[in-house]
Amino acid sequence: MSDLLITGARVLDGDATDVLVRDGRVAALGADASGAKGDAEVVDADGLVLLPGLVDLHTHLREPGREDAETIATGSAAAAIGGYTAVLAMANTNPVTDTGEAAERVLDLGRATGLVDVQPIGSVTKGLEGAELAELGLMHRSRAGVTVFSDDGRCVGDARVMRRALEYVRAFDGVISQHSQDPELAGPTACCHEGELSGRLGLPGWPAAAEATIIARDAQLSLLTGARVHVAHVTTAEGLDVVRWAKAKGARITAEVTPHHLLLTADLLAGYDPVYKVNPPLRPAEDVAALRAGLADGTIDVVATDHAPHARHDKEHAFVDAAFGMLGLETAFSVVHDVMVRSGAMDLAGLARVMSTAPARIAGLADHGRAIEVGAPANLVLVDPAAEVTVDRDASASLSRNNPYHGRTFTGAVRTTILRGRVTAAAGEAHA
Amino acid sequence: MSARHLLSVADLDAAGVRQLLDTAAEMHDVQRREVKKIPTLRGRTVINLFFEDSTRTRSSFEIAGKWMSADTINITGKGSSTSKGESLRDTTMTIAAMGVDAIVMRHMASGAAHQVARWLDESGSATRVVNAGDGTHEHPTQALLDAYTLERRLGSLEGRHVAIVGDVTHSRVFRSNLLSLPLLGARVTVVAPPTLMPSGARAWAEHDGWTMSHDLDDVLAQGPDALMMLRVQKERMSGGYFPTPREYTVGYGLTRPRLAAYLDRQPEGVILHPGPMNRGLEIAADAADAASSLVLDQVSAGVAVRMSVLYHLLAGGEGSAA
Repeated sequence: MSDLLITGARVLDGDATDVLVRDGRVAALGADASGAKGDAEVVDADGLVLLPGLVDLHTHLREPGREDAETIATGSAAAAIGGYTAVLAMANTNPVTDTGEAAERVLDLGRATGLVDVQPIGSVTKGLEGAELAELGLMHRSRAGVTVFSDDGRCVGDARVMRRALEYVRAFDGVISQHSQDPELAGPTACCHEGELSGRLGLPGWPAAAEATIIARDAQLSLLTGARVHVAHVTTAEGLDVVRWAKAKGARITAEVTPHHLLLTADLLAGYDPVYKVNPPLRPAEDVAALRAGLADGTIDVVATDHAPHARHDKEHAFVDAAFGMLGLETAFSVVHDVMVRSGAMDLAGLARVMSTAPARIAGLADHGRAIEVGAPANLVLVDPAAEVTVDRDASASLSRNNPYHGRTFTGAVRTTILRGRVTAAAGEAHA
Repeated sequence: MSARHLLSVADLDAAGVRQLLDTAAEMHDVQRREVKKIPTLRGRTVINLFFEDSTRTRSSFEIAGKWMSADTINITGKGSSTSKGESLRDTTMTIAAMGVDAIVMRHMASGAAHQVARWLDESGSATRVVNAGDGTHEHPTQALLDAYTLERRLGSLEGRHVAIVGDVTHSRVFRSNLLSLPLLGARVTVVAPPTLMPSGARAWAEHDGWTMSHDLDDVLAQGPDALMMLRVQKERMSGGYFPTPREYTVGYGLTRPRLAAYLDRQPEGVILHPGPMNRGLEIAADAADAASSLVLDQVSAGVAVRMSVLYHLLAGGEGSAA
């Protein structure tokens, strides 16, 4: 592998410097890097900022089972274009990732593609049924080394099952990522935020309490078991308050928010467009403001995409019947940059913390989310904070087109993604 | 009317409602003719696409189309491609591609007619959509026929008081009437147990200026000009909305004693129900069949109102309606 010399990049928004990458690691910085240039491939990074490669704690790749919507290869391409060097693939595939063999298959498909590190998430319960524990220990002992478990798409509603799962993963310091939404509180057809708009539209909704009650329950179970709970996609001010309270109590709890819950509001549902149908649902502007504040003050640890590709025909049903979910990998940086950094709510170091360092730490990915220093694995991303990006859903590497940002313009663009010293995406194209 | 489709009462303004009701009055005369046929929509094709059963509304639209010489075709959900897994978009775009002029659509999902109209518009199709009931959202022609029926009996609705009573949360009739009645000057009180009020009702009522109550007797004591009783939609209930049918009837049913007390205070008061009625649950047989009941008038008005809607959407208001 040839060396890579990144010239003139600001590292984490500091002064412009050069970075030499050799054998997949950061070999030199500053004058040392320029001096050791040799025949390195040069990446001109004038005006760009170098960050640790992004890590997504919450990606749906649809393989195996729904390769018409996304494959591990196409999802990896979308991730690389979006600035990611590692993604955690959710378990709700068909078949479900609930055995060591299934987890290894996902790992191997990711390695074969080679664009990002694809780390499988195992399900908490067999077949996501919520009743019997999946083979948590065997998944952890497999080559995939599964550490994060989730029935995402569904909430582990049974408190006794959740307790047992937490007790069990305590043995190897695993973490349960919970889709915190009481399935009983709104019934089986809920498809949006419960409030005045859902009343007007005649759509069955989830109340905010459906989220907050499960977070509160799981926080108590974390205190009881000493195990780690991760709140996937928190969406409400009430849920956020519970996370804040639980952290103050000493619970081992972390939380994530999605880019779309930081930007999009429930009133977009007024036209019944299923592109805005997502689970958990878009919430009112007051919740969006609370989530931004919670991310800025550290109550929320992570931004995760919940990238949920769907074939066109799965969205072209009546709103209540259409599939839940929206794309997110390619647009996450731009959305978060625009909403949080450009607005002044956090700096680029903060963005790197919530989109790289913290998710890597929670997932136990030692080679990702590292400080950019000599000897660190060269899992990096170059971003342009000043560039404007207009989203075009048809220019996506994903196999799906359910992009809620089509036509919107954001400030902040991903330019080049580097995995172990190799450029995996540049100028909006993945390099297999 | 200016809208391309009729999806919601919100597509209309007061003038639009007035125009549709006035035309409905002309159309109502056709109903009394020996030969019930006018050539207004000759050569036009109207598909009644009913994904959800409805004898009353489907027949009403079918008769309305036939009396205006349109070719009307009925397709029901059970026989449609959606039961074979086809998407709603594919099903409706396929029908539109056959060159039909209008799709009258009923669907069990809220917003389905809006989505179909959007897909048609995006594709450049000329096909119009009439919402004949979408889930628990709206039923605009029902609201128009209710307004027509009320005006025939009460005259102008300006300053009138209408109480809408019952399973409000699941009612598309309620949501459409809540828009149409204020356009005609009426004020609305909505009566239901808290479990059958839609989410966000308090803020919604404050914003739109209607009154919410959980006490039917208290509202009846105010002597509203009309009582619109709603069907308890057992099929939409996953349980727990009220303890027992008996308790519901005692609290919110239009029982015989309640009817008598109401008519004592408001002798000119009238009763509406969109049907089908759960006799003995939300409405006593005596109330359903009383002289003050306009239930069959509503059915009759339905044909006239639907003729008016099809006329304005498809004939473009050219020349005399009838």
